[in-house]
Parts: sequence; structure tokens; C-alpha cells
Amino acid sequence: MRALTWHGKHDVRVDTVDDPEILNPRDAIIKITATAICGSDLHLYDGYIPTMQKGDILGHEFMGEVVETGSRSTLQRGQKVVVPFTIACGSCYHCGKHQYSACDNGNPAENQDIGRELYGQPMSGLFGYSHLTGGYAGGQAEYVRVPFSDVGPIVIPEHIEDEKVLFLSDILPTGWMAAENAEIEPGDTVAVWGCGPVGLFAVQSAFLLGASRVIAIDHFPRRLELAKRFGAETINFEESKTYEALMEMTGGIGPDAVIDAVGLEAHGFFVDNVIDQIKASTFMGTDRTHSIRQAIVACRKGGRVSMPAVYGGVVDKFPLGAFMEKGLTLKTGQTHVQHYMPALLNAIVEGKIDTTFLISHTLPLEQAPEGYKMFHDNQNEVTKVVLKPDLAVAAQ
Amino acid sequence: MATEVDPDGPQHDDAPVTTSKKFRSDRTLVAEAVTINRPSRELYDFWRDTANLAGFMENIASIEPIDEVRSRWTVKAPAGREVSWEAVITNEVPGEQITWQSAEGADVANSGRIEFRDAGARGTVVRAVIAYDPPAGLVGQLIAKLFQREPRIQTRRDLRRFKQLMETGEIATAARTKAQLEKDNG
Ligand SMILES: NC(=O)c1ccc[n+]([C@@H]2O[C@H](COP(=O)([O-])OP(=O)(O)OC[C@H]3O[C@@H](n4cnc5c(N)ncnc54)[C@H](O)[C@@H]3O)[C@@H](O)[C@H]2O)c1
Ligand SMILES: [Zn+2]
Ligand SMILES: [Zn+2]
Repeated sequence: MRALTWHGKHDVRVDTVDDPEILNPRDAIIKITATAICGSDLHLYDGYIPTMQKGDILGHEFMGEVVETGSRSTLQRGQKVVVPFTIACGSCYHCGKHQYSACDNGNPAENQDIGRELYGQPMSGLFGYSHLTGGYAGGQAEYVRVPFSDVGPIVIPEHIEDEKVLFLSDILPTGWMAAENAEIEPGDTVAVWGCGPVGLFAVQSAFLLGASRVIAIDHFPRRLELAKRFGAETINFEESKTYEALMEMTGGIGPDAVIDAVGLEAHGFFVDNVIDQIKASTFMGTDRTHSIRQAIVACRKGGRVSMPAVYGGVVDKFPLGAFMEKGLTLKTGQTHVQHYMPALLNAIVEGKIDTTFLISHTLPLEQAPEGYKMFHDNQNEVTKVVLKPDLAVAAQ
Repeated sequence: MATEVDPDGPQHDDAPVTTSKKFRSDRTLVAEAVTINRPSRELYDFWRDTANLAGFMENIASIEPIDEVRSRWTVKAPAGREVSWEAVITNEVPGEQITWQSAEGADVANSGRIEFRDAGARGTVVRAVIAYDPPAGLVGQLIAKLFQREPRIQTRRDLRRFKQLMETGEIATAARTKAQLEKDNG
């Protein structure tokens, strides 16, 4: 089959590799019909995530048709499914609590040692996201092997187009969980850093969960425009001073809840960011964390910090004092996708949530490297790239 | 100046002895614990059936039962070699623990205990404690190296695979093809 493989920083290629096979009783093989490039994939593309190996197949946002099932899979051939990016067993203690991204068994035993070293306990497996999270082949390919197919994939009614449900795999539940973690109360003002897919879904979800006002922060006009469409007020951090603007817009109180949907590659010419960047590029390895620092400082006393953004390592100059003195609460984590899928699918079917506005480009899988480059270089225009293996390559 | 610690002095806290900082490097004693979301009796019974062990233990070529308490363990060694010894169960408390020891003349004398402790709604805490004598001589060193592929890491991985098998009915793999899986399993 053809698959998008990682070869190094800014070097991804579409290669021919062996087709996946059923290896365990609960496996299923999915023929991919649509898959997307995620902001998290850019962290891999930029070489920020350790334990990548040449030839690793990327992609953790995907859907398709069931073509083969193991003896204990509950899926049937021909079914249309969306697959969560978190690989979870459904039977361990954490899965029992619906903390799917903390599943004990989704990560192969020999890959759990690194996670234990880095984080104290190993994390669950993820598709196409380094060997730290299992080394599983991802779904930016023609076919993918899906473990625990009786627990993860959600069956989609045949008549619903891929574009409407594809983002159930990651960013829609992630935006939703981000808003849920902000513990929004009626009358609240919520500020969201980053208007990428995650931030935009967080804006949409925050309103659905009862926020009175949402303030969205980014520097790309087109992305801010999309946030505005959902009713958010906007701050362009290149034109205005974010902290000062937030304080004035909230009558000197600060936002009741803040959401960091930026992550470890925060942009901008900020002193702390530049220091982080120099360190990261010289392998002194700290994450670039400008957005979370600013969010903590802006948050009102006793407020809530929600951090869907991904961080991988350790951090310098974290405003721990502000965090403690103001009595803030922080909630974060890889999304427990399986927990949110059924209700969000309903909301889509009922027309309460629309996700198709996000897609700016659709490309054949063969052009995936171009898709990565576009998404990386032109974030203003390119809000989301969807790849389709069946799409014919456009004549150049 | 740090105060001198007496390696044979008394212990003043409740931490497991295997985590003591006073531990002497010449003693090889490892312990690992895992919590498994299944009843202790089920886990005990599975483990006590020696034929099941090779299914989740890395490096084991075979375990052949000899009689009720004795079995022959064969472990894969580098360069296609194998090392083999006889293990004897010296004590067993159904549902709670199994203690074993290698029979006289083993290349790597080893002994250990596997405990199953009921953990209520969380299932069962399974703890393995393994002790072995570092062998002498050239062959001994080779075997030691094999054993020492971080005995602690080895034990931890084996327990994780045991947990996966008991909780999910299968052992997680990131392989994509049967050929890859076979290669990974050596
Ligand atoms: N928790 C999870 O399970 C989960 C799942 C998916 C994605 N994520 C993470 O969420 C984050 C966002 O994902 P995405 O797909 O939306 O990414 P993205 O790269 O498309 O969007 C990030 C946005 O942040 C903006 N930004 C950069 N620096 C900023 C700053 N200093 N202040 C305000 N905005 C700034 C960028 O302009 C961009 O629009 C990433 O870190 C991603 O890894 C987490
Ligand atoms: Zn994603
Ligand atoms: Zn689980």
C-alpha cells in the first residue's frame, strides 16, 4: 500500500510499504477514505517529538471502511467508522473511569519504559505518534491496523459524508474536552489562545457549554475571522497587547477560564519564547510555552486553566507563583476521545455542530508531503488539510 | 557531608526493602508490582499453570512441566544459544503466592516469589520478587549479561504483558505485519 512516512525534520514522503494484517483477535483492518493532518503532526514534522524512527507512518485522524476483522472484533465488513487517535483497551482501571488516554494496555510493554522514565508512568498508545506512545503505524495511508476495534471505532450512518464526522477522531472531542475542563459557569468569560482547529472547536464548545463571552487570540486574520463567525471577540497579538486587552475587556478581573490551544511551538517575538527557542534548537530541550505562561498570568483569581495544547518535556520560568497565589486550577491531558464520540456524533447528526467549515484543502494521499508543507508554511490560509487515498492526483 | 549509612543497619520506614538506598550492589534482588483488574484467584490459577508462562514472558524458549512442582526452563541466549535449568516450587498458597527456587546445579542460581494481593475494586496487586546469584566464569558472565538485560526491566515488561493478557485477552503489539511481529518476538 501507499503511506505517508517520516524521514526526518521537514522530510515526509509517500512510500510503498507492506499492507497491515490482523495480528490480534480484537484487531480490524480499515481501508482509509479520509484522513487529516493535525497541529500535533506539525510537532513531528518540526522534529520536536523524540523517539521517531525513519519510515514511521504518520496520521492519527482517520476514518474509513472495515475490510477485515479479527475473531473478537465487534465490527462488520463494509461498516463506515471513525477511529479515535487514542488506543485503549476498554477493560483496565483507567478505561473503566473513561480516562481512555491513560489506558494501561494500549501501549506495547516494551514501549512503556520510555514513558515511565519521562513521565513516571507510561501513557496509552496513540496512532502514528512516535515510539513513546507505542510506535503504531498511523492512518495517513491506504490501510491501517486498528487494535481493540471492539472499543475504539464508532460506526457512522452510511449517508453521512466523511467531512462531517472525520474530526470526531481527535480535534472535535479535544476542543470539547478543553471547554469542559474549563468548568464554565453561566456568565463566564473564556479566553482561548490559538485559533487552530483545536482552539476553534474550543470556542464553539465553550459557547455550547454556557460561556457568555469568548475571547479568541491568534495572529492569523483568517483564523481569527473563523472564531468571530462563532461569536468570539478577537485579539490579534501582533496588533494588540494581549494581557492589557484582556484586562480591559474583562473590567480588570481577567478571564474566568483560560484555554491554551497553542502548544509547544508558540509563535511570536516574546523574550521568554526566544530563550525557549534558542534552547530547543540547541537541544537544551525546553518546550516553548509562551501561551500557557500568558494564560496563567491573565486568568482571574481562583479561575480555571484548561490546557489541551501538547507539551512533551520540561519547562523553564513557569509562573508557579502566580499559579499558587491566585489559587488556579489546571486541567489537561490527551483527549479521552472514546468518551466523547457518541454524544458528539449525535450533535453532528442533529446539526448542532458543524465541522466542515474548517477544511480549507483536500488533497490526494499522494500529495501529502505538499499538504504538510502548506499547513506548516501558510497557517493563515491553510486551516485544515484532508487527505484522500482515492482522489486522483491533479494534473500539474 | 552525608551521614554514613550502615548497609546492615535497621530500617526505619515502611518502604519495600527492595527500594532501600542502602542496597549493596553485589546483591541482586529485584521487585516489581503491577495492579491487574481481575480477581486474585483467576490470576493465581493462570500463573500456577506453568505451561501458560512462556506465552507472556520475553526471552523464554520453553517451560516444560516435569511434575506437579518441577519444571524445566529454557531461555534464549545470544548467538542462537540456549540456557536451561530446573525450577522447583517450594511453597504455594492458593490465590496468594507461589515461591520457587532453581534446583541444584543451575547455571544461574535463582529464587523468587510471586504474590497476589486482593486490591478490592482495583483487582489484584501482583508483585514479583526475584533473587539470583551472579554466576562466575566466562560462560557465567555471558549468562549474567543475558539475565541482566536489566532484570528489573525484564520483570516489569513480563508483568505488563501478563496484565495485558489477563485484562484484554491479548498482548499489545505495534507491529503491522505477521513478519514484523515474528521478528519482534525473536
Ligand atoms: N490534548 C489532545 O489530545 C490534543 C489533540 C489534538 C491536538 N492537540 C494540540 O493542540 C494544539 C493545537 O492544535 P491545532 O491543530 O489547533 O494546531 P495549529 O498549529 O493549527 O494551531 C495553533 C494556533 O496557535 C496560534 N498561536 C501560535 N502562537 C500563539 C500565541 N503566542 N498566542 C496565541 N496564539 C498563538 C497559531 O497561529 C495557530 O493558529 C497543538 O499543541 C496540538 O498538538 C492536543
Ligand atoms: Zn490530532
Ligand atoms: Zn484500558
